[in-house]
Amino acid sequence: MKNIRMKNVNPLNNIEVEINMDIPVVEGRGLYKVYEDVEAVCGINFSIRKGEIFGFLGPNGAGKTTTVKMIYCASPRTSGVLNVKGLDVDKEPRKVKGIIGVVPQENNLDPDFTVYENLIVFSRYFDIPRKVAEVRANELIRFMNLEEKKDVKVDGLSGGMKRRLIIARALINNPEILILDEPTTGLDPQARHMIWERIRNLKTQGTTVILTTHYMEEAEYLCDRVVVMDKGKILVEGSPRELIQKYVKKEVIEVSDNSGKLRKKIESLISSEPEFSNIEVDSFAERVLLYTDDADALFKFLSGKVSLHETLKETLIRRSTLEDVFLKLTGRRLRE
Amino acid sequence: MSENEEKEKNLQSKNNSENNKITEVKKDKKKENKMGFISTLFSVPVVSRRAWKVWHRNADVFMKTYKTNFIPPFIEPILYLAGLGFGLGGFVSEIDGLSYAVFLAPALIAISVMNTASGENTYASYVRMSFQKTFDAIIATPVSIEDVIAGEMLWGATKSLINATIMLVVIGAFGLLLSPLAILIIPLSMFVGLVFASISMCFTALVPNIDSFNYYFFLFVTPMFIFSGTFFPISSMPKVVQQIAFFLPLTPAVTTMRALATGNVSIDLVFSLLYLLILLVFFFVFAINLMKRRLII
Repeated sequence: MKNIRMKNVNPLNNIEVEINMDIPVVEGRGLYKVYEDVEAVCGINFSIRKGEIFGFLGPNGAGKTTTVKMIYCASPRTSGVLNVKGLDVDKEPRKVKGIIGVVPQENNLDPDFTVYENLIVFSRYFDIPRKVAEVRANELIRFMNLEEKKDVKVDGLSGGMKRRLIIARALINNPEILILDEPTTGLDPQARHMIWERIRNLKTQGTTVILTTHYMEEAEYLCDRVVVMDKGKILVEGSPRELIQKYVKKEVIEVSDNSGKLRKKIESLISSEPEFSNIEVDSFAERVLLYTDDADALFKFLSGKVSLHETLKETLIRRSTLEDVFLKLTGRRLRE
Repeated sequence: MSENEEKEKNLQSKNNSENNKITEVKKDKKKENKMGFISTLFSVPVVSRRAWKVWHRNADVFMKTYKTNFIPPFIEPILYLAGLGFGLGGFVSEIDGLSYAVFLAPALIAISVMNTASGENTYASYVRMSFQKTFDAIIATPVSIEDVIAGEMLWGATKSLINATIMLVVIGAFGLLLSPLAILIIPLSMFVGLVFASISMCFTALVPNIDSFNYYFFLFVTPMFIFSGTFFPISSMPKVVQQIAFFLPLTPAVTTMRALATGNVSIDLVFSLLYLLILLVFFFVFAINLMKRRLII
């Protein structure tokens, strides 16, 4: 299995890339991060392949950021193995950091400088010659659509522009691996889609992308493979499509329920029908969710029941998403 | 049924072994913390030439507003000399055979060196570290945390040097430098600046928030400003105060700068420099190690 050409790695994004299946770009084995009173990461295993977009998903406090911080050498591991391109991150941090670009969760652009200066100053930390850096900075400003703001100080940028600049900055050293820690949190849809498009563009150029996100839509759209983490452990691993197939039914019927009795009612109705024996029922706030492989048949059946006529007026039938998987695995309880 | 039980048992033992591992790791951590602090404090930091990249960043910011940055060191000595040197000096006949203005002038440079490096490596460094997250951004590149802290301190010392040089020119213009040796105050100010930069950086590594710097300035910087032989000779104070003043880092700074400005050079100069060197080595190492302990968790 060497350098096979994989088609439809992710059926949602038809990007063809060569993926070398043998050598993981980033590999973690039995990885622990224990603070004095918290176990942030508890013995996780993962391996990220060259050229893929790999997502760490999970609720707040799951250990996603801690994991990526260990990868980019900002936080030393407590125990376990963590290699980037075969280099131990704790032993060769300078080499590892030299081939990585980092978009941190919190913006840490330099407010004393303009957009262009931010890129030039950052290029010096990588020992990039001035002439090369100038060309690269201008390219990146164009790539992230920041031409008009080139000579504006960081304080004069909107949230979306700051995020675009921080991505441009992460690319200044032409990284083999780009780490994005919640790249689109708090952005409007236009900015988000622009960033998504750029990330996919980078993938076609062969960059390996590691992403953490709360947005399942983002993970589903971008990631070839994801892991879902909770409380420092990896719960599941796979492509978004695989996870949806494995953990939830194809479709969902969402019925709004003000009475709080609908779930029981539906459950008793379908319990007598063998045809619907494998339907999964879930309820949350004022909604009942019915996971099924054949939503039409179920909806037809329920519509036939006179007692449900009124209730079914506000019904949504949709395809299952990664978010359904996520909520099923990590629960609907609030985390903080 | 029995199969299920077995599964559960397996799961439980798996959980148990995992929990054991975590407690083990935690125990190790606690052991480390108990005996680790001293060895952390004294470990030898590895600083690379990349520290100058951090210095360069700060210099770039400084040069963006150089016009306003050059005004204070120009005005400050004029104010002090006008008010204290020539005003108060009228009531003082002579100190150690020097006119009061000549006695005071080199001390003003030493004070400025202390204040400049202290301000830069407390408030300014703290803002970069804590609010702007500049350190976090830099350590995601091949530049290490040791390089960042060393670069910050080198920059604090450089600012001291810049201010001292401007002050030296102003004071020279007033005719208050009696010896050509005064030119050596320029390199000395970088050295003394680095001492105060290191002490300040240690404090920055330990403070819980930016308001805590008030303690540093009121309890450390201000007493030095007054009692280090700056405005009056140490020998004119009570014995106890003299003994304390002798060890204040500003005292050897004032002594050496005054010796160079007046040309009264003696063997004492060597001891003062040696004391400053010892302070520098220890606090420079402490600053880097304490910062590493604060930022790399």
